[in-house]
Amino acid sequence: MHELSIVMSIIDIAAEQAKKANADVVEEIELDIGELSGIEQNAFDFAWQQAVKDSVLSHAQLIINKIPGEGLCLECNRRFPMHQLYDACPDCGQYFISIQQGKELKVKSLVVT
Amino acid sequence: MCATCGCDSNGQVSIHEVNGHDHSHEHDHAHDHHHHDHDHNRKVIDVEQDVLYQNNLLAQRNRGYFEAKNILALNLVSSPGSGKTTLLEKTLQDVKTDLSCYVIEGDQQTNNDADRIHATGTPVVQINTGKGCHLDAHMILHALQHMKPKENAVMFIENVGNLVCPAMFDLGESARVVIASVTEGDDKPLKYPDMFHSSHVCIINKIDLLPYVPFNVETFIENAKKVNPSLEFIEVSAYKGDGLNNWYNWLKQKVQQAAAV
Repeated sequence: MHELSIVMSIIDIAAEQAKKANADVVEEIELDIGELSGIEQNAFDFAWQQAVKDSVLSHAQLIINKIPGEGLCLECNRRFPMHQLYDACPDCGQYFISIQQGKELKVKSLVVT
Repeated sequence: MCATCGCDSNGQVSIHEVNGHDHSHEHDHAHDHHHHDHDHNRKVIDVEQDVLYQNNLLAQRNRGYFEAKNILALNLVSSPGSGKTTLLEKTLQDVKTDLSCYVIEGDQQTNNDADRIHATGTPVVQINTGKGCHLDAHMILHALQHMKPKENAVMFIENVGNLVCPAMFDLGESARVVIASVTEGDDKPLKYPDMFHSSHVCIINKIDLLPYVPFNVETFIENAKKVNPSLEFIEVSAYKGDGLNNWYNWLKQKVQQAAAV
């Protein structure tokens, strides 16, 4: 359940940013979460509900941009959608893949008042 | 639980030096609500910050510390019961004349593992994460402050037994060692790909039990290589001693490589 640690880190980032901006309410928070980031969505949602209570994010609207996984085959240079870390190249069947996209886990923006 | 250092809900992670004084290490993590004078305009802040930024920053500090002191730091990860502590005990007994070793033990509760390591004569610090399911870079930073390891050494960090959560948290280690035992399924690397993806070497433990369990070493290695084609494998029985020399050779080779940098 590392999702709880992740949510707590997000709350810390939001609190720091809100303080810097001299704001006390975060209306909206936008996150990028990649398909291959290791975050389990249900666990994340559960952790979120519990953890944001009494935090700067308690009333914030949560927007999650799900970033699809994309791999680059190091054997044949094919780019392809990657859903699992063990997906093989659909052309040559090799597993030497460089992940181009989908590992994202970041706070993109906040709307504060 | 605190995000940066994994403190449990009471805000307390405890770090104990086994053999010596106990240090309870408290953090206050009040997430204050700041009331300032300000205008009430709606404002968009482009944050663009990695959620693990703080951990990664501290991990890089640890890595610099290890490199400056020429310490090979190994993050040992596995599911509970794979034989991490037994492997470590055996290793410490067998290599202590050749290598100077230190151990950081991570468990949710108890000093049991640290007591076992202490019995081998190796300096050890126990981190109890409370409800936390993984070690993070902040805890290692504090453990190092307690431990003050000497130069030219090997630091074994035994993570909390968990094949999922520790994968995301860089501790500043030189290499990540995942331990799997043959009493687990040979499809483990596919079920828990993140851990195998982020590891450098995989120790397959309890090979003395192979005649009794439906575990196919080749299938396991094939599955792990799908997730991480550059993963190295070492087959051992920490209990019986089979294959341990290969592991010790790997260790000594890594120590030499670190010294050559």
